[in-house]
Amino acid sequence: MKRSQVGWVFAGPALLVIAVFFALPVAAGLALSLTDFDLYALADISTLRFVGLDNYLRLLHTPLFWQALFNTFYFVAVGVPVSIGLSLGAALLLDSKLARFQSFFRTALFAPVVTTVVAVAVIWRYLLHTRYGLINQALDALGISPVDWLGNPHWSMPAIILFAAWKNFGYNMIILLAALQAIPRDLYEAARVDGAGTFARLRHITLPMLTPTLVMVGILTLSGYFQLFAEPYVMTQGGPLRSTVSALYFMYEEGFRWWNLGNASAVAFLLFIVIFTATWVLTRFDRDRSEASAS
Amino acid sequence: MQRRAALRRVGLAVGASVGVAAGASLGVTGCMRRADPRGPLDFWAMGREAEVVAELLPPFRQRHPGIEVRIQQLPWTAAHEKLLTAYAGDALPDLCQLGNTWIPEFAALDALEPLDERVAASSVKRDDYFSGILETNLMPARDGRNVLRGLPWYVDTRLLFYRTDLLRAAGYARAPQSWAEWREAMTAIVRRAGDGQHFGALLPLNEPDPLLALAFQQGDVLADGATRGAFSREPFRRAIGFYAELFHSGLAPVMTNTQVSNVWDEFARGMFSFYISGPWNIGEFRRRLPASAQGSWATAPLPGPHGPGVSTAGGSSLALFASSARKEAAWKLIEFLSETATMQRFHALTGNLPPRRSAWDDPRLANDAPSRAFADQLERVHPAPKIPEWERIFQEMQATAERVVRRTQGIEAATVQLDAWVDALLEKRRWMLARGAAR
Amino acid sequence: MNSRVAVWVVNGLLAGLAFVSLFPLVWMVSVSFMQPGAASTLPTPILPASPTLANYRTLFGSIGMGKYLFNSLLIALLATLISVSFNVMAGYAFAKLQFRGRDAIFKTLLGALVIPAQVAMLPLFLMLKPLGLVNSYAGALVPVLASVFGIFLVRQFARGIPDDLLEAARIDGASEFRIFTTVIVPLLKPVLATLAIFAFLGSWNDFMWPLIVLTDDSLHTLPVALAGLSREHVQDNEMMMAGSVVTVLPVLVVFLALQRHYMAGLMAGGVKG
Repeated sequence: MKRSQVGWVFAGPALLVIAVFFALPVAAGLALSLTDFDLYALADISTLRFVGLDNYLRLLHTPLFWQALFNTFYFVAVGVPVSIGLSLGAALLLDSKLARFQSFFRTALFAPVVTTVVAVAVIWRYLLHTRYGLINQALDALGISPVDWLGNPHWSMPAIILFAAWKNFGYNMIILLAALQAIPRDLYEAARVDGAGTFARLRHITLPMLTPTLVMVGILTLSGYFQLFAEPYVMTQGGPLRSTVSALYFMYEEGFRWWNLGNASAVAFLLFIVIFTATWVLTRFDRDRSEASAS
Repeated sequence: MQRRAALRRVGLAVGASVGVAAGASLGVTGCMRRADPRGPLDFWAMGREAEVVAELLPPFRQRHPGIEVRIQQLPWTAAHEKLLTAYAGDALPDLCQLGNTWIPEFAALDALEPLDERVAASSVKRDDYFSGILETNLMPARDGRNVLRGLPWYVDTRLLFYRTDLLRAAGYARAPQSWAEWREAMTAIVRRAGDGQHFGALLPLNEPDPLLALAFQQGDVLADGATRGAFSREPFRRAIGFYAELFHSGLAPVMTNTQVSNVWDEFARGMFSFYISGPWNIGEFRRRLPASAQGSWATAPLPGPHGPGVSTAGGSSLALFASSARKEAAWKLIEFLSETATMQRFHALTGNLPPRRSAWDDPRLANDAPSRAFADQLERVHPAPKIPEWERIFQEMQATAERVVRRTQGIEAATVQLDAWVDALLEKRRWMLARGAAR
Repeated sequence: MNSRVAVWVVNGLLAGLAFVSLFPLVWMVSVSFMQPGAASTLPTPILPASPTLANYRTLFGSIGMGKYLFNSLLIALLATLISVSFNVMAGYAFAKLQFRGRDAIFKTLLGALVIPAQVAMLPLFLMLKPLGLVNSYAGALVPVLASVFGIFLVRQFARGIPDDLLEAARIDGASEFRIFTTVIVPLLKPVLATLAIFAFLGSWNDFMWPLIVLTDDSLHTLPVALAGLSREHVQDNEMMMAGSVVTVLPVLVVFLALQRHYMAGLMAGGVKG
């Protein structure tokens, strides 16, 4: 068997799966978004119409779509810094020479990451209960009046942000920890000899050396957070007052509750464009920054 | 060495094909299960009805020992979605309980088996059914004739459940019959309690039927042959204005039914004096209210703008799916469940009201005070528009009402926005009607 | 800063974070053993007053959790077996085998990482319908049989294998398959473990796609069944917690047993640059 043929044989199955069950549907999705595929079409394909960019234009005039986008942006804009901040803090603590029982702490802080979102969302839904939830009871012990976390439209998204931070911070913590451990210790030694204190060392050595990893982690978390779905599905069903309808939740309802598959595909593509743009902007920003610091 | 290499190659290939075959066969057996004509009947039912149906079946099993029935219970909150998903995935059951507002949708999908001939050939008497209720199951076919797509299983409408003692203490000897009287009675009750913890009525924001009833009392919600929205017109505006004002003046609490810890406990405690609900709650009230509260509640028809008003024409039907491989057996089950005696037993178990006049001869029904109000209300019911998009419009109406009640949007802007949305949604229906393809 | 105070501060903060991370999980187990309705009393109990197995009995009895557990296990195991095989073969091919367009294809694959999987879900559903794969185990498996991330990990690792090793084997006359199975796979063992864990966890925790493609109640996986139950049994909190325990415990056990490989894989994939 020729060498080049072997390469295809080995890579073939995986490439076939990706081509048929990913690339093809993505292309089909684009086509679908240009039609008005709905329940009528599901029953009788002859009622299908090609509508060009109508779905997209109509979406831009749908208030709920903008609300879904806004909710998603809110989640990303607040959730990503909170999550990464927590990850960074935890990583710095773990990396510190003063920390004891490091492997236990590392495992404990990472545990929420591997749990199933649906299962822990169920737990958190009860922890956030207005009356019987432990969070409100803890607040009560501190003298703060109870918050209707999942029933008040102003607190529902913060509740979900809190939950998402708890679930995900361990993931980035591990990556940042690895990056922290890669920083040469003599840099710190030299700085200490020069008289720099803890915070000065943090600011002038740690953070600059960590920045490439921070940016990468930021981009990964960003694109993951844009895909918010399971949490609103389990905890709030998009409510109250649709304050937790995310872009994907909107797509799911449009596609699998009401079977407007043409419209839903358009939502999926718009979301993809948003994620792509956001990550591209961040990557360019990172490249400019690293070029600036190199010069 | 060559042979070993070949063997390994064969091993790899075998391994891969076993994997694929396993996956495929698992997929295939999934399909095969459904198509077996001698397998059990798949019957999907919702809520309380699903719980009691099993108790109705022993006589059926005696009569048809070869037919096994497998009941799957769906919660009402997910039933519509699951049915549509099952349709899209070619995984519908043989028969199911179908809310009658969903019949137009499934009929448009050609999913429902026509029942006219089967009914004509069976012991089920078609004209024993309340005509207004049977009407909701009739859908026009392409040639214009009306085809029966489901057989009504029970009727449902909404009316007042109220605390007779609290009403009397506030100075009202009988239930209110007009909007004005109802509002006055609630104001008097709230003033008497005076502590901000007691309300006139509980109108959960995620239960839109009361608003729909109020809307029907004023006029239609769709116009032009159900192809355009009429929500921004005067009739609906009056209805939603009255509804929202109840919340804004403190007569009804701004909450959903998940925020009330236990509706029956709160009713017994007097948190609210009026609750708009359906026949199943007759049984639930009897079962769940404490003995001390049993003598102080009653039902009454819905008050309308100027006197007793209309209510929604709800209920569920039994529907046979066109994709079923066991239509004969499924029909036998539907026939059995539609017998007068079975319907009377069903009523005794659930409080659901039978759609057949002969079933109402049962003294349990005829002498039951709370049910009499329902019999009265059933004379004044208004069906929902018989279009496939209705369920979605209904949900959107609820979301709009919630925004108005919570003051996120004014009535003017909210109803105009709702109409614009409805018009856009119904565009395809207008197109299909123009083409002559829709019904 | 005083060194002793600093030690207490650092470890205190870490302990606090560990408490926050673990408490919900521990409480979940605790509530699952409480009497039905016990969690809806004030003050909310932390430990069960009179522990009971009633919730688990209901869960495996009338709710039939056993079949959901079986479905999750079956699908996760099949997904792991098949995807690890496919990914390892492909990763090796991209690292060490020459074929036309190899690098261009790999770059395209990396680009595909940007596309969220949900974009493909709706059309994939429509595609599987005529194939009869909707509402079947095969339908649930199909999109996870190979992953770009997995191929990337393997390629990264395989590039470190010295070419001379392969050349020597080829000169000896061994076929490519023999080289793969006797030389490459043993060297890739660490990455295999990582891939297997990622695949198993990913499949077990997968929610949206099984929610869409598995319509029959009897085929539901644990997350899908749990989500349905949570909407239905809003009041039965103790039983819901038992359901969460059944869903989370297997992955926690797998993770604890193999965490070294999992973290190693994360760091290898994370610090790629």
